[in-house]
Amino acid sequence: MSKVLNGLHYTKSHEWVKIEGNEAVIGISDYAQHSLGNIVYLETKEVGEDLTQFDELGTIESVKAASDILSPLSGSIIALNDEVIDRPELINDDPYGCWLVKMIIKDSNEINNLLTAEQYQLESK
Amino acid sequence: MKKTALYDVHLALGAKMVEFAGWEMPIEYQGLTQEHFATRQTCGLFDVSHMGEIMITGDDALSFTNYLVSGGVKPVPMRMTYGMLLHHDGGVIDDLMVYFYNPQKILLVVNASNLEKDVAWIISIQKNSSYQVIISDISSEVGLIALQGKQASTILQYLTTYPLDTLKMFDFEDLALHTMPFMISRSGYTGEDGFEIYGKNDDIVILFQKLVNLGAIPCGLGCRDTLRFEASMPLYGHEMNETVNPFEAGLSFGVDMNKDDFIGKEALLRAKSQGLKRKIVALELVDRGIARADYPVYDGDHLIGHVTTGYLIPGHDKALALAILDVGYWDLGTLVQIQIRKNRVEAVVRNKKFLHKQYVK
Repeated sequence: MSKVLNGLHYTKSHEWVKIEGNEAVIGISDYAQHSLGNIVYLETKEVGEDLTQFDELGTIESVKAASDILSPLSGSIIALNDEVIDRPELINDDPYGCWLVKMIIKDSNEINNLLTAEQYQLESK
Repeated sequence: MKKTALYDVHLALGAKMVEFAGWEMPIEYQGLTQEHFATRQTCGLFDVSHMGEIMITGDDALSFTNYLVSGGVKPVPMRMTYGMLLHHDGGVIDDLMVYFYNPQKILLVVNASNLEKDVAWIISIQKNSSYQVIISDISSEVGLIALQGKQASTILQYLTTYPLDTLKMFDFEDLALHTMPFMISRSGYTGEDGFEIYGKNDDIVILFQKLVNLGAIPCGLGCRDTLRFEASMPLYGHEMNETVNPFEAGLSFGVDMNKDDFIGKEALLRAKSQGLKRKIVALELVDRGIARADYPVYDGDHLIGHVTTGYLIPGHDKALALAILDVGYWDLGTLVQIQIRKNRVEAVVRNKKFLHKQYVK
């Protein structure tokens, strides 16, 4: 069964988000990496871009398939994980250790639209 | 959904199963990338029992087959020939392997997705002719596995006294493996040396497990596609279909224009004299991104074709693609743009040798 970390929030589209003050750290879940298979390509929006909750944040591709990454929250991108962009296969080994982007949260009320670890556990069974 | 005889074995090996052509098949076991490299470096083992087998028997089996398929089937016993079933207009109904046993017995091995269509077509051709043949779809009785890679012959030799060295590429033979009867051919769909092994479903299950115990790595359909693409081999529904003729698909080696007559020959002669208007070429992406099947290809605002297969193949730095492009865009070095979702990505026409083949001839 796929691993779900406590303390993170999740989307139904299998992104995870860690809230650190007014910043959000975003990645994809163990379920997502497992469904995709061997990840070979990652493309994200640039630093400085503003996103709306559940808008497209980027694209992640395995050998077989391409999948959109959705932004769990509204906000402005402040950092990209260049190491993971260069070596996206790292996500398969450690999906929760590989953050993809960091953003400044625009509206923390939107966190209520996300799933808790418990809810996501049921969702991703 | 249909299941092959190896279904339970796949589950026990931890396979991720997917629907393919109405069958529940393993897409990968440990991981597509690992399996791709295992086949290139040692030996991969594939369940391809979903493929269709059609037996043509009777006095006219050879002449009927030569009328039916584009490839030149020579009366050399126990040799295989690649060919296609063509419409009268030259479009490809399916591509297939022809196994010539003797002039009264020929086996056609076809794509799973096309089996019913092929059988209906072959019967309709026979009905409107005077050929004396019996057409039997024996697919459900036949299991098929492929053992592919540098170590394939070493591993298989453990199970038979038959000298496998004497079996050259596209030869086949009826022989015993682990004391069970099989038909094996030196052939495959990966660009590696290897064997395709046909047998009764129960025997195939035993043999598959035996080969795994001897070190063959179970491989899913996922890497089967990256391997055949890396070897620049065509896949029906991608590089060819009913609206594409064999020359456009780059498959002239599967057509024998010297044969007296075969279905589609007239249309192909016409197509040849008129000159090709589009053709499959290889592309390498200059920019980042992965081009995938059906993505449109442009020259500026001008739509010039589409991608038929594309991957970032394990072990490659650049994403590669096969694409069918209009005339004028076939020269090596030609720059084109591929529409990858919202972006236009630059690509360059290159040669099709993605892989340096090391067949044992």
